[in-house]
Amino acid sequence: MADVLPRTSIAMARSRPRAFAVRRGSGLLSKLGFAVYLIALMLPIYWLINMSLRSNEEIMSTLAFWPHHPSLEKYFYIFNDPTWVHAFGVSLTYVAINTVISVTAALPAAYAFNRYHFIGDKYLFFWLLSNLMAPAAVYAMPFFNLYYAIGLFDTVWAVALAHCLFNVPVAVWILEGFVAGVPREIDEMAAIDGYSFPRFFIRIFLPLIANGVGVTAFFCFMFSWVEQLLATTLTATDALPFAAVMTRSYSVAGMDWSLLAAAGVLTMIPGAVVIWFVRNHIAKGFALGRV
Amino acid sequence: MMEKPLNNRAWLMVAPVFVLVLFSALLPMMTVVNYSVQDSLGQNQFFWNGDAWFRELLDPSKEIGARFADALLRNLSFSLVALLIEVPLGIAVALTLPRGGRAVGPVLVIIALPMLIPWNVVGTIWQIFSRADIGLFGAALTGLGLHYNVTQDAISAWSTIVVIDVWHWTPLVILLIYAGLRAIPDAYYQAARIDAASRWATFINIELPKLQKVLVLVILLRFMYTFMIYTEPFVVTGGGPGSATTFLSIDLVKIALGQVDLGPAAAMSLVYNLITLTLCWIFFTVMVQLDRRRYA
Repeated sequence: MADVLPRTSIAMARSRPRAFAVRRGSGLLSKLGFAVYLIALMLPIYWLINMSLRSNEEIMSTLAFWPHHPSLEKYFYIFNDPTWVHAFGVSLTYVAINTVISVTAALPAAYAFNRYHFIGDKYLFFWLLSNLMAPAAVYAMPFFNLYYAIGLFDTVWAVALAHCLFNVPVAVWILEGFVAGVPREIDEMAAIDGYSFPRFFIRIFLPLIANGVGVTAFFCFMFSWVEQLLATTLTATDALPFAAVMTRSYSVAGMDWSLLAAAGVLTMIPGAVVIWFVRNHIAKGFALGRV
Repeated sequence: MMEKPLNNRAWLMVAPVFVLVLFSALLPMMTVVNYSVQDSLGQNQFFWNGDAWFRELLDPSKEIGARFADALLRNLSFSLVALLIEVPLGIAVALTLPRGGRAVGPVLVIIALPMLIPWNVVGTIWQIFSRADIGLFGAALTGLGLHYNVTQDAISAWSTIVVIDVWHWTPLVILLIYAGLRAIPDAYYQAARIDAASRWATFINIELPKLQKVLVLVILLRFMYTFMIYTEPFVVTGGGPGSATTFLSIDLVKIALGQVDLGPAAAMSLVYNLITLTLCWIFFTVMVQLDRRRYA
Protein backbone atom coordinates (compact mmCIF):
# COMPACT_ATOMS: atom_id res chain seq x y z
CA MET A 1 0.00 0.00 0.00
CA ALA A 2 2.79 2.34 0.97
CA ASP A 3 4.02 2.69 -2.58
CA VAL A 4 0.75 4.03 -3.88
CA LEU A 5 0.82 7.39 -2.20
CA PRO A 6 4.18 8.78 -3.33
CA ARG A 7 3.52 7.71 -6.89
CA THR A 8 0.21 9.51 -6.88
CA SER A 9 1.84 12.57 -5.42
CA ILE A 10 4.50 12.74 -8.07
CA ALA A 11 2.21 12.07 -10.99
CA MET A 12 -0.38 14.51 -9.77
CA ALA A 13 2.11 17.20 -8.87
CA ARG A 14 3.48 17.06 -12.38
CA SER A 15 0.20 17.15 -14.14
CA ARG A 16 -1.19 19.91 -11.97
CA PRO A 17 1.32 22.32 -10.54
CA ARG A 18 -1.31 24.41 -8.75
CA ALA A 19 -1.28 22.53 -5.46
CA PHE A 20 -4.05 22.99 -2.90
CA ALA A 21 -6.62 23.59 -5.60
CA VAL A 22 -9.72 22.86 -3.60
CA ARG A 23 -11.91 20.37 -5.39
CA ARG A 24 -15.53 20.32 -4.38
CA GLY A 25 -16.39 16.90 -5.81
CA SER A 26 -19.03 16.85 -8.47
CA GLY A 27 -21.36 18.03 -5.70
CA LEU A 28 -24.73 18.79 -7.20
CA LEU A 29 -24.75 16.04 -9.80
CA SER A 30 -23.84 13.29 -7.37
CA LYS A 31 -26.39 14.55 -4.84
CA LEU A 32 -29.02 14.49 -7.54
CA GLY A 33 -28.05 10.96 -8.56
CA PHE A 34 -28.20 9.87 -4.95
CA ALA A 35 -31.65 11.38 -4.54
CA VAL A 36 -32.86 9.58 -7.66
CA TYR A 37 -31.51 6.30 -6.33
CA LEU A 38 -33.19 6.78 -2.95
CA ILE A 39 -36.51 7.54 -4.62
CA ALA A 40 -36.25 4.50 -6.88
CA LEU A 41 -35.44 2.43 -3.81
CA MET A 42 -38.36 3.76 -1.82
CA LEU A 43 -41.01 3.52 -4.52
CA PRO A 44 -41.69 -0.24 -4.25
CA ILE A 45 -41.74 0.06 -0.46
CA TYR A 46 -44.10 3.01 -0.71
CA TRP A 47 -46.28 0.92 -2.99
CA LEU A 48 -46.35 -1.81 -0.34
CA ILE A 49 -47.43 0.65 2.36
CA ASN A 50 -49.95 2.14 -0.04
CA MET A 51 -51.41 -1.31 -0.72
CA SER A 52 -51.61 -2.15 2.97
CA LEU A 53 -53.89 0.83 3.55
CA ARG A 54 -56.29 0.08 0.72
CA SER A 55 -58.98 -2.51 0.23
CA ASN A 56 -58.48 -5.48 -2.06
CA GLU A 57 -61.11 -4.30 -4.54
CA GLU A 58 -59.41 -0.94 -4.79
CA ILE A 59 -55.95 -2.48 -5.24
CA MET A 60 -57.08 -4.74 -8.04
CA SER A 61 -59.16 -2.16 -9.89
CA THR A 62 -57.30 1.13 -9.96
CA LEU A 63 -53.85 2.61 -10.11
CA ALA A 64 -53.78 4.97 -7.13
CA PHE A 65 -50.74 6.94 -6.06
CA TRP A 66 -52.06 7.30 -2.54
CA PRO A 67 -54.82 5.51 -0.62
CA HIS A 68 -58.11 7.30 -1.21
CA HIS A 69 -59.81 5.68 1.74
CA PRO A 70 -56.91 4.77 4.00
CA SER A 71 -57.71 2.24 6.67
CA LEU A 72 -55.61 0.46 9.25
CA GLU A 73 -58.07 -2.41 9.29
CA LYS A 74 -55.56 -5.05 8.15
CA TYR A 75 -53.03 -4.04 10.77
CA PHE A 76 -55.65 -4.38 13.50
CA TYR A 77 -56.62 -7.73 12.04
CA ILE A 78 -53.04 -8.96 12.32
CA PHE A 79 -52.57 -7.63 15.84
CA ASN A 80 -55.78 -9.25 17.01
CA ASP A 81 -55.17 -12.61 15.42
CA PRO A 82 -53.18 -14.87 17.79
CA THR A 83 -51.78 -16.90 14.85
CA TRP A 84 -50.05 -13.87 13.38
CA VAL A 85 -48.80 -12.56 16.71
CA HIS A 86 -47.49 -15.97 17.71
CA ALA A 87 -45.81 -16.43 14.32
CA PHE A 88 -44.10 -13.07 14.66
CA GLY A 89 -42.74 -14.14 18.04
CA VAL A 90 -41.60 -17.48 16.64
CA SER A 91 -39.72 -15.80 13.80
CA LEU A 92 -38.00 -13.38 16.16
CA THR A 93 -37.07 -16.23 18.52
CA TYR A 94 -35.36 -18.48 16.00
CA VAL A 95 -33.61 -15.53 14.37
CA ALA A 96 -32.29 -14.43 17.77
CA ILE A 97 -31.16 -17.97 18.70
CA ASN A 98 -29.49 -18.37 15.33
CA THR A 99 -27.69 -15.03 15.59
CA VAL A 100 -26.35 -15.85 19.05
CA ILE A 101 -25.18 -19.35 18.02
CA SER A 102 -23.63 -18.14 14.76
CA VAL A 103 -21.69 -15.25 16.27
CA THR A 104 -20.55 -17.22 19.34
CA ALA A 105 -19.29 -20.16 17.31
CA ALA A 106 -17.74 -17.97 14.64
CA LEU A 107 -15.69 -15.79 17.01
CA PRO A 108 -13.00 -18.33 18.03
CA ALA A 109 -13.00 -19.80 14.52
CA ALA A 110 -12.41 -16.41 12.91
CA TYR A 111 -9.56 -15.85 15.37
CA ALA A 112 -8.02 -19.24 14.57
CA PHE A 113 -8.29 -18.73 10.80
CA ASN A 114 -6.62 -15.36 11.01
CA ARG A 115 -3.88 -16.06 13.54
CA TYR A 116 -2.74 -19.62 12.87
CA HIS A 117 -1.82 -22.06 10.19
CA PHE A 118 -3.24 -25.49 10.78
CA ILE A 119 -3.69 -28.63 8.74
CA GLY A 120 -6.34 -28.07 6.10
CA ASP A 121 -7.09 -24.47 7.06
CA LYS A 122 -7.54 -23.15 3.52
CA TYR A 123 -9.71 -26.08 2.46
CA LEU A 124 -11.78 -25.88 5.59
CA PHE A 125 -12.38 -22.17 4.99
CA PHE A 126 -13.42 -22.77 1.42
CA TRP A 127 -15.61 -25.70 2.43
CA LEU A 128 -17.38 -23.42 4.90
CA LEU A 129 -18.00 -20.87 2.16
CA SER A 130 -19.18 -23.58 -0.20
CA ASN A 131 -22.19 -24.09 2.04
CA LEU A 132 -23.41 -20.67 1.00
CA MET A 133 -23.80 -22.08 -2.46
CA ALA A 134 -26.11 -24.93 -1.56
CA PRO A 135 -29.45 -24.35 -3.25
CA ALA A 136 -31.89 -24.42 -0.32
CA ALA A 137 -34.64 -25.73 -2.58
CA VAL A 138 -32.78 -29.03 -3.00
CA TYR A 139 -31.88 -29.40 0.64
CA ALA A 140 -35.35 -28.80 2.01
CA MET A 141 -36.49 -32.43 1.95
CA PRO A 142 -33.33 -33.98 3.47
CA PHE A 143 -33.51 -31.28 6.14
CA PHE A 144 -37.04 -32.26 6.92
CA ASN A 145 -35.96 -35.91 7.33
CA LEU A 146 -33.01 -34.96 9.50
CA TYR A 147 -34.88 -32.76 11.93
CA TYR A 148 -37.86 -35.08 12.05
CA ALA A 149 -35.53 -37.95 12.97
CA ILE A 150 -33.91 -36.11 15.85
CA GLY A 151 -37.22 -34.84 17.17
CA LEU A 152 -36.63 -31.15 16.63
CA PHE A 153 -39.18 -30.81 13.86
CA ASP A 154 -41.64 -27.96 14.42
CA THR A 155 -39.50 -26.24 17.05
CA VAL A 156 -37.66 -22.94 16.81
CA TRP A 157 -34.43 -24.89 17.34
CA ALA A 158 -34.79 -26.74 14.07
CA VAL A 159 -34.94 -23.49 12.10
CA ALA A 160 -32.23 -21.84 14.19
CA LEU A 161 -29.87 -24.77 13.61
CA ALA A 162 -30.73 -25.13 9.92
CA HIS A 163 -29.98 -21.45 9.31
CA CYS A 164 -26.52 -22.02 10.78
CA LEU A 165 -25.70 -23.74 7.50
CA PHE A 166 -25.30 -20.39 5.77
CA ASN A 167 -25.03 -17.94 8.68
CA VAL A 168 -22.04 -19.54 10.42
CA PRO A 169 -19.86 -19.33 7.28
CA VAL A 170 -20.92 -15.73 6.67
CA ALA A 171 -20.16 -14.86 10.28
CA VAL A 172 -16.71 -16.49 10.13
CA TRP A 173 -15.98 -14.68 6.88
CA ILE A 174 -16.94 -11.23 8.10
CA LEU A 175 -15.40 -11.62 11.56
CA GLU A 176 -12.10 -12.87 10.13
CA GLY A 177 -11.71 -9.48 8.47
CA PHE A 178 -12.20 -7.69 11.77
CA VAL A 179 -9.78 -10.00 13.58
CA ALA A 180 -7.19 -9.18 10.92
CA GLY A 181 -7.57 -5.52 11.80
CA VAL A 182 -6.28 -6.11 15.35
CA PRO A 183 -2.46 -6.12 15.47
CA ARG A 184 -0.95 -9.38 16.67
CA GLU A 185 1.27 -7.48 19.10
CA ILE A 186 -1.77 -7.07 21.32
CA ASP A 187 -2.12 -10.85 21.69
CA GLU A 188 1.55 -11.13 22.58
CA MET A 189 1.43 -8.27 25.04
CA ALA A 190 -1.53 -9.82 26.84
CA ALA A 191 0.29 -13.16 27.02
CA ILE A 192 3.33 -11.44 28.55
CA ASP A 193 1.08 -9.68 31.06
CA GLY A 194 -0.05 -13.12 32.19
CA TYR A 195 -3.54 -13.21 30.70
CA SER A 196 -4.84 -16.71 30.11
CA PHE A 197 -6.22 -17.17 26.62
CA PRO A 198 -9.95 -17.19 27.52
CA ARG A 199 -9.51 -14.15 29.74
CA PHE A 200 -7.57 -12.33 27.04
CA PHE A 201 -10.18 -13.22 24.44
CA ILE A 202 -13.13 -11.99 26.46
CA ARG A 203 -11.61 -9.05 28.35
CA ILE A 204 -9.29 -7.59 25.74
CA PHE A 205 -9.97 -9.00 22.32
CA LEU A 206 -13.78 -8.89 22.21
CA PRO A 207 -14.03 -5.16 23.03
CA LEU A 208 -11.53 -4.49 20.24
CA ILE A 209 -13.73 -6.12 17.64
CA ALA A 210 -17.06 -4.96 19.08
CA ASN A 211 -17.80 -3.25 15.74
CA GLY A 212 -17.32 -6.55 13.97
CA VAL A 213 -19.63 -8.39 16.35
CA GLY A 214 -22.33 -5.77 15.78
CA VAL A 215 -22.03 -5.85 12.01
CA THR A 216 -21.91 -9.65 11.92
CA ALA A 217 -24.93 -9.93 14.16
CA PHE A 218 -26.83 -7.66 11.79
CA PHE A 219 -26.00 -9.78 8.76
CA CYS A 220 -26.90 -13.03 10.57
CA PHE A 221 -30.15 -11.49 11.72
CA MET A 222 -30.95 -10.33 8.21
CA PHE A 223 -30.17 -13.56 6.36
CA SER A 224 -32.10 -15.62 8.90
CA TRP A 225 -35.06 -13.23 8.95
CA VAL A 226 -35.61 -13.21 5.21
CA GLU A 227 -35.05 -16.94 4.63
CA GLN A 228 -38.30 -18.82 4.53
CA LEU A 229 -38.00 -21.94 2.45
CA LEU A 230 -36.22 -23.89 5.22
CA ALA A 231 -38.18 -22.10 7.93
CA THR A 232 -41.45 -23.16 6.33
CA THR A 233 -40.33 -26.73 5.62
CA LEU A 234 -39.11 -27.40 9.15
CA THR A 235 -42.24 -26.24 10.95
CA ALA A 236 -45.90 -27.23 11.01
CA THR A 237 -48.06 -25.63 13.68
CA ASP A 238 -46.31 -24.85 16.96
CA ALA A 239 -43.37 -23.03 15.48
CA LEU A 240 -44.93 -21.61 12.35
CA PRO A 241 -42.88 -18.62 11.19
CA PHE A 242 -44.35 -15.33 10.04
CA ALA A 243 -43.53 -16.01 6.41
CA ALA A 244 -45.42 -19.30 6.50
CA VAL A 245 -48.56 -17.67 7.86
CA MET A 246 -48.27 -15.23 4.98
CA THR A 247 -48.19 -17.99 2.39
CA ARG A 248 -51.29 -19.50 3.96
CA SER A 249 -53.28 -16.36 3.45
CA TYR A 250 -52.86 -16.82 -0.31
CA SER A 251 -55.46 -19.52 -0.47
CA VAL A 252 -58.16 -18.17 1.82
CA ALA A 253 -60.71 -16.67 -0.57
CA GLY A 254 -58.18 -15.84 -3.25
CA MET A 255 -55.29 -13.54 -2.66
CA ASP A 256 -55.66 -11.10 0.23
CA TRP A 257 -53.21 -8.54 -1.19
CA SER A 258 -53.99 -5.90 1.34
CA LEU A 259 -53.37 -8.23 4.29
CA LEU A 260 -50.17 -9.52 2.72
CA ALA A 261 -48.97 -5.96 2.20
CA ALA A 262 -49.70 -5.06 5.83
CA ALA A 263 -47.81 -8.15 6.99
CA GLY A 264 -44.97 -7.24 4.63
CA VAL A 265 -44.72 -3.76 6.12
CA LEU A 266 -44.54 -5.30 9.60
CA THR A 267 -41.71 -7.65 8.56
CA MET A 268 -39.48 -4.67 7.77
CA ILE A 269 -39.65 -3.26 11.30
CA PRO A 270 -37.40 -5.66 13.30
CA GLY A 271 -34.63 -5.44 10.72
CA ALA A 272 -34.88 -1.65 10.64
CA VAL A 273 -34.58 -1.58 14.44
CA VAL A 274 -31.52 -3.85 14.36
CA ILE A 275 -29.77 -1.80 11.71
CA TRP A 276 -30.53 1.35 13.68
CA PHE A 277 -28.54 -0.16 16.56
CA VAL A 278 -25.55 -1.09 14.41
CA ARG A 279 -25.53 2.04 12.24
CA ASN A 280 -22.55 3.46 14.11
CA HIS A 281 -20.58 0.26 13.70
CA ILE A 282 -21.15 0.39 9.96
CA ALA A 283 -20.40 4.11 9.80
CA LYS A 284 -17.13 3.53 11.67
CA GLY A 285 -16.17 1.36 8.77
CA PHE A 286 -14.59 -1.99 8.29
CA ALA A 287 -12.15 -2.85 5.58
CA LEU A 288 -11.93 -6.57 6.28
CA GLY A 289 -8.31 -7.02 7.12
CA ARG A 290 -5.13 -5.46 5.92
CA VAL A 291 -5.96 -3.39 2.89
CA MET B 1 3.75 -8.98 7.87
CA MET B 2 4.76 -11.86 10.11
CA GLU B 3 4.21 -15.43 9.02
CA LYS B 4 1.37 -17.13 10.85
CA PRO B 5 2.62 -19.73 13.32
CA LEU B 6 1.66 -23.33 12.71
CA ASN B 7 -0.63 -24.48 15.47
CA ASN B 8 -2.85 -27.47 15.05
CA ARG B 9 -4.59 -26.83 18.33
CA ALA B 10 -6.34 -24.05 16.43
CA TRP B 11 -8.59 -26.85 15.25
CA LEU B 12 -10.14 -26.81 18.73
CA MET B 13 -11.28 -23.25 18.13
CA VAL B 14 -12.66 -24.13 14.74
CA ALA B 15 -14.34 -27.30 15.98
CA PRO B 16 -17.69 -25.76 17.04
CA VAL B 17 -18.12 -24.17 13.62
CA PHE B 18 -17.06 -27.37 11.90
CA VAL B 19 -19.54 -29.50 13.85
CA LEU B 20 -22.41 -27.02 13.47
CA VAL B 21 -22.06 -26.70 9.73
CA LEU B 22 -21.28 -30.37 9.16
CA PHE B 23 -24.42 -31.32 11.10
CA SER B 24 -26.55 -29.36 8.66
CA ALA B 25 -24.53 -29.98 5.51
CA LEU B 26 -23.60 -33.65 5.65
CA LEU B 27 -26.91 -35.47 5.59
CA PRO B 28 -28.54 -33.41 2.84
CA MET B 29 -25.39 -33.78 0.75
CA MET B 30 -25.32 -37.56 1.27
CA THR B 31 -28.98 -37.81 0.35
CA VAL B 32 -28.38 -35.92 -2.86
CA VAL B 33 -25.37 -38.04 -3.77
CA ASN B 34 -27.37 -41.15 -2.96
CA TYR B 35 -30.24 -40.19 -5.25
CA SER B 36 -27.93 -39.13 -8.05
CA VAL B 37 -26.64 -42.67 -8.62
CA GLN B 38 -29.91 -44.54 -8.26
CA ASP B 39 -33.11 -44.99 -10.19
CA SER B 40 -36.48 -45.71 -8.74
CA LEU B 41 -39.32 -47.98 -9.75
CA GLY B 42 -41.65 -46.23 -7.39
CA GLN B 43 -42.74 -47.36 -3.93
CA ASN B 44 -39.37 -46.40 -2.52
CA GLN B 45 -37.54 -49.12 -4.44
CA PHE B 46 -34.23 -47.96 -5.69
CA PHE B 47 -31.50 -49.60 -7.71
CA TRP B 48 -27.96 -48.66 -8.67
CA ASN B 49 -27.85 -46.56 -11.78
CA GLY B 50 -24.21 -45.56 -11.92
CA ASP B 51 -23.32 -42.39 -13.78
CA ALA B 52 -26.22 -42.58 -16.23
CA TRP B 53 -27.94 -39.47 -14.88
CA PHE B 54 -24.75 -37.50 -15.16
CA ARG B 55 -24.10 -38.63 -18.73
CA GLU B 56 -27.59 -37.63 -19.78
CA LEU B 57 -27.35 -34.30 -18.00
CA LEU B 58 -24.09 -33.31 -19.63
CA ASP B 59 -25.10 -34.38 -23.11
CA PRO B 60 -26.80 -31.41 -24.80
CA SER B 61 -28.39 -33.66 -27.41
CA LYS B 62 -30.56 -35.30 -24.74
CA GLU B 63 -33.70 -33.53 -23.60
CA ILE B 64 -32.56 -32.93 -20.03
CA GLY B 65 -29.05 -32.06 -21.16
CA ALA B 66 -30.35 -29.35 -23.49
CA ARG B 67 -32.60 -28.05 -20.76
CA PHE B 68 -29.75 -27.90 -18.29
CA ALA B 69 -27.41 -26.17 -20.74
CA ASP B 70 -30.08 -23.56 -21.49
CA ALA B 71 -30.82 -22.88 -17.83
CA LEU B 72 -27.10 -22.65 -17.11
CA LEU B 73 -26.50 -20.11 -19.87
CA ARG B 74 -29.57 -18.14 -18.84
CA ASN B 75 -28.39 -18.09 -15.24
CA LEU B 76 -24.80 -17.15 -16.09
CA SER B 77 -25.90 -14.24 -18.25
CA PHE B 78 -28.31 -13.16 -15.52
CA SER B 79 -25.57 -13.26 -12.86
CA LEU B 80 -23.20 -11.36 -15.11
CA VAL B 81 -25.69 -8.60 -15.92
CA ALA B 82 -26.80 -8.30 -12.29
CA LEU B 83 -23.20 -8.04 -11.05
CA LEU B 84 -22.26 -5.53 -13.77
CA ILE B 85 -25.09 -3.27 -12.66
CA GLU B 86 -25.02 -3.79 -8.90
CA VAL B 87 -21.30 -3.48 -8.17
CA PRO B 88 -20.63 -0.17 -10.02
CA LEU B 89 -23.97 1.26 -8.87
CA GLY B 90 -23.26 0.21 -5.29
CA ILE B 91 -19.81 1.79 -5.37
CA ALA B 92 -21.19 5.00 -6.90
CA VAL B 93 -23.92 5.33 -4.28
CA ALA B 94 -21.55 4.47 -1.43
CA LEU B 95 -19.24 7.26 -2.60
CA THR B 96 -22.02 9.84 -2.44
CA LEU B 97 -23.28 8.81 1.00
CA PRO B 98 -22.64 11.37 3.75
CA ARG B 99 -19.44 10.63 5.66
CA GLY B 100 -20.81 11.55 9.02
CA GLY B 101 -23.38 13.55 10.90
CA ARG B 102 -26.98 12.94 11.74
CA ALA B 103 -28.14 11.93 8.30
CA VAL B 104 -26.04 8.75 8.24
CA GLY B 105 -28.25 6.67 10.53
CA PRO B 106 -31.60 7.25 8.81
CA VAL B 107 -30.01 6.97 5.35
CA LEU B 108 -28.43 3.62 6.21
CA VAL B 109 -31.74 2.31 7.55
CA ILE B 110 -33.60 3.40 4.42
CA ILE B 111 -31.01 1.87 2.12
CA ALA B 112 -31.07 -1.42 4.00
CA LEU B 113 -34.88 -1.75 3.90
CA PRO B 114 -35.17 -3.87 0.72
CA MET B 115 -32.80 -6.49 2.17
CA LEU B 116 -34.89 -6.85 5.31
CA ILE B 117 -38.04 -7.90 3.51
CA PRO B 118 -38.65 -11.66 3.39
CA TRP B 119 -38.15 -12.92 -0.13
CA ASN B 120 -41.72 -13.92 -0.84
CA VAL B 121 -42.90 -10.44 0.14
CA VAL B 122 -40.36 -8.99 -2.29
CA GLY B 123 -41.97 -11.14 -4.96
CA THR B 124 -45.45 -10.08 -3.88
CA ILE B 125 -44.56 -6.39 -4.02
CA TRP B 126 -43.17 -6.68 -7.53
CA GLN B 127 -45.97 -8.88 -8.74
CA ILE B 128 -48.31 -5.94 -8.24
CA PHE B 129 -45.74 -3.20 -8.81
CA SER B 130 -44.87 -4.45 -12.29
CA ARG B 131 -48.43 -4.83 -13.51
CA ALA B 132 -49.28 -2.36 -16.24
CA ASP B 133 -52.81 -1.69 -14.99
CA ILE B 134 -52.39 -1.34 -11.22
CA GLY B 135 -48.64 -1.18 -10.59
CA LEU B 136 -46.51 1.93 -10.76
CA PHE B 137 -43.49 0.32 -12.48
CA GLY B 138 -45.52 -1.38 -15.19
CA ALA B 139 -47.74 1.66 -15.69
CA ALA B 140 -44.73 3.97 -15.97
CA LEU B 141 -43.03 1.80 -18.58
CA THR B 142 -46.21 1.41 -20.56
CA GLY B 143 -46.76 5.15 -20.27
CA LEU B 144 -43.35 5.68 -21.83
CA GLY B 145 -44.58 3.73 -24.81
CA LEU B 146 -42.59 0.56 -24.11
CA HIS B 147 -44.02 -2.80 -24.88
CA TYR B 148 -43.96 -4.15 -21.34
CA ASN B 149 -45.71 -7.24 -20.11
CA VAL B 150 -44.19 -9.52 -17.50
CA THR B 151 -46.42 -12.50 -18.09
CA GLN B 152 -46.28 -12.53 -21.90
CA ASP B 153 -43.07 -10.97 -23.06
CA ALA B 154 -39.80 -12.82 -22.42
CA ILE B 155 -37.59 -9.73 -22.47
CA SER B 156 -39.86 -7.87 -20.07
CA ALA B 157 -39.90 -10.81 -17.68
CA TRP B 158 -36.14 -11.30 -17.77
CA SER B 159 -35.35 -7.62 -17.28
CA THR B 160 -37.91 -7.35 -14.49
CA ILE B 161 -36.07 -10.05 -12.57
CA VAL B 162 -32.83 -8.09 -13.11
CA VAL B 163 -34.49 -4.89 -11.88
CA ILE B 164 -35.85 -6.69 -8.82
CA ASP B 165 -32.45 -8.14 -8.04
CA VAL B 166 -30.78 -4.75 -8.43
CA TRP B 167 -33.42 -3.15 -6.21
CA HIS B 168 -33.20 -5.94 -3.65
CA TRP B 169 -29.44 -6.45 -3.39
CA THR B 170 -27.61 -3.25 -4.38
CA PRO B 171 -28.12 -2.17 -0.74
CA LEU B 172 -25.84 -5.03 0.36
CA VAL B 173 -23.13 -3.76 -1.98
CA ILE B 174 -23.63 -0.19 -0.75
CA LEU B 175 -23.44 -1.08 2.94
CA LEU B 176 -20.30 -3.19 2.59
CA ILE B 177 -18.52 -0.73 0.28
CA TYR B 178 -19.53 2.20 2.47
CA ALA B 179 -18.10 0.47 5.53
CA GLY B 180 -14.93 -0.25 3.56
CA LEU B 181 -14.64 3.40 2.51
CA ARG B 182 -15.10 4.61 6.06
CA ALA B 183 -12.13 2.51 7.13
CA ILE B 184 -9.71 4.46 4.91
CA PRO B 185 -7.71 6.82 7.15
CA ASP B 186 -8.19 10.53 6.51
CA ALA B 187 -4.46 10.93 5.93
CA TYR B 188 -4.84 9.37 2.50
CA TYR B 189 -7.48 11.89 1.47
CA GLN B 190 -5.42 14.75 2.83
CA ALA B 191 -2.43 13.59 0.82
CA ALA B 192 -4.61 13.42 -2.27
CA ARG B 193 -5.91 16.91 -1.61
CA ILE B 194 -2.39 18.29 -1.26
CA ASP B 195 -1.56 16.68 -4.59
CA ALA B 196 -4.72 18.18 -6.04
CA ALA B 197 -5.64 14.72 -7.23
CA SER B 198 -8.82 14.60 -9.24
CA ARG B 199 -11.82 12.75 -7.85
CA TRP B 200 -11.17 9.97 -10.34
CA ALA B 201 -7.47 9.69 -9.45
CA THR B 202 -8.34 9.51 -5.76
CA PHE B 203 -10.79 6.74 -6.49
CA ILE B 204 -8.44 4.69 -8.66
CA ASN B 205 -5.27 5.14 -6.59
CA ILE B 206 -6.61 5.22 -3.05
CA GLU B 207 -10.15 4.00 -2.66
CA LEU B 208 -10.23 1.09 -5.08
CA PRO B 209 -7.05 -0.63 -3.84
CA LYS B 210 -8.22 -0.20 -0.24
CA LEU B 211 -11.59 -1.72 -1.06
CA GLN B 212 -10.11 -4.86 -2.56
CA LYS B 213 -11.01 -7.26 0.25
CA VAL B 214 -14.52 -5.90 0.66
CA LEU B 215 -14.99 -6.13 -3.09
CA VAL B 216 -14.04 -9.81 -3.07
CA LEU B 217 -16.64 -10.45 -0.38
CA VAL B 218 -19.26 -8.44 -2.26
CA ILE B 219 -18.65 -10.05 -5.63
CA LEU B 220 -18.54 -13.59 -4.27
CA LEU B 221 -21.68 -13.11 -2.18
CA ARG B 222 -23.57 -11.50 -5.03
CA PHE B 223 -22.44 -14.13 -7.50
CA MET B 224 -23.57 -16.97 -5.23
CA TYR B 225 -26.96 -15.45 -4.58
CA THR B 226 -27.68 -14.52 -8.17
CA PHE B 227 -26.59 -17.97 -9.26
CA MET B 228 -29.07 -19.52 -6.82
CA ILE B 229 -31.90 -17.05 -7.41
CA TYR B 230 -35.20 -18.75 -6.77
CA THR B 231 -37.92 -16.91 -4.90
CA GLU B 232 -38.19 -13.78 -7.02
CA PRO B 233 -38.66 -15.49 -10.40
CA PHE B 234 -40.78 -18.17 -8.74
CA VAL B 235 -43.23 -15.64 -7.33
CA VAL B 236 -43.17 -12.99 -10.05
CA THR B 237 -42.89 -14.94 -13.30
CA GLY B 238 -43.04 -18.60 -12.29
CA GLY B 239 -40.08 -19.20 -14.61
CA GLY B 240 -41.99 -18.04 -17.64
CA PRO B 241 -43.11 -16.93 -20.10
CA GLY B 242 -41.99 -20.13 -21.73
CA SER B 243 -38.69 -20.72 -20.01
CA ALA B 244 -37.39 -17.15 -20.24
CA THR B 245 -36.77 -16.89 -16.50
CA THR B 246 -36.30 -20.56 -15.68
CA PHE B 247 -33.01 -20.21 -13.85
CA LEU B 248 -31.12 -23.21 -12.49
CA SER B 249 -32.84 -23.36 -9.10
CA ILE B 250 -36.28 -23.03 -10.65
CA ASP B 251 -35.54 -25.79 -13.13
CA LEU B 252 -34.15 -27.97 -10.38
CA VAL B 253 -37.23 -27.64 -8.24
CA LYS B 254 -39.46 -28.27 -11.25
CA ILE B 255 -37.63 -31.53 -11.91
CA ALA B 256 -37.27 -32.60 -8.28
CA LEU B 257 -40.65 -31.68 -6.83
CA GLY B 258 -42.76 -31.08 -9.94
CA GLN B 259 -41.87 -34.21 -11.87
CA VAL B 260 -40.43 -36.13 -8.87
CA ASP B 261 -37.47 -37.18 -11.03
CA LEU B 262 -35.19 -37.43 -8.02
CA GLY B 263 -32.24 -39.01 -9.84
CA PRO B 264 -31.82 -36.40 -12.58
CA ALA B 265 -32.57 -33.62 -10.10
CA ALA B 266 -29.91 -34.87 -7.70
CA ALA B 267 -27.36 -35.24 -10.49
CA MET B 268 -28.25 -31.75 -11.65
CA SER B 269 -27.86 -30.21 -8.23
CA LEU B 270 -24.44 -31.84 -7.83
CA VAL B 271 -23.22 -30.55 -11.18
CA TYR B 272 -24.75 -27.15 -10.41
CA ASN B 273 -22.99 -27.08 -7.06
CA LEU B 274 -19.69 -28.10 -8.65
CA ILE B 275 -19.93 -25.29 -11.20
CA THR B 276 -20.53 -22.71 -8.48
CA LEU B 277 -17.70 -24.16 -6.41
CA THR B 278 -15.28 -24.11 -9.34
CA LEU B 279 -16.11 -20.54 -10.31
CA CYS B 280 -15.76 -19.33 -6.73
CA TRP B 281 -12.55 -21.33 -6.24
CA ILE B 282 -10.99 -19.73 -9.32
CA PHE B 283 -12.01 -16.27 -8.17
CA PHE B 284 -10.83 -16.97 -4.64
CA THR B 285 -7.42 -18.26 -5.78
CA VAL B 286 -6.86 -15.37 -8.17
CA MET B 287 -7.63 -12.89 -5.42
CA VAL B 288 -5.34 -14.63 -2.92
CA GLN B 289 -2.55 -14.62 -5.53
CA LEU B 290 -3.04 -10.93 -6.29
CA ASP B 291 -3.01 -10.21 -2.59
CA ARG B 292 0.24 -12.11 -2.10
CA ARG B 293 1.94 -10.40 -5.02
CA ARG B 294 0.93 -7.00 -3.75
CA TYR B 295 2.48 -7.55 -0.34
CA ALA B 296 5.42 -9.70 -1.38
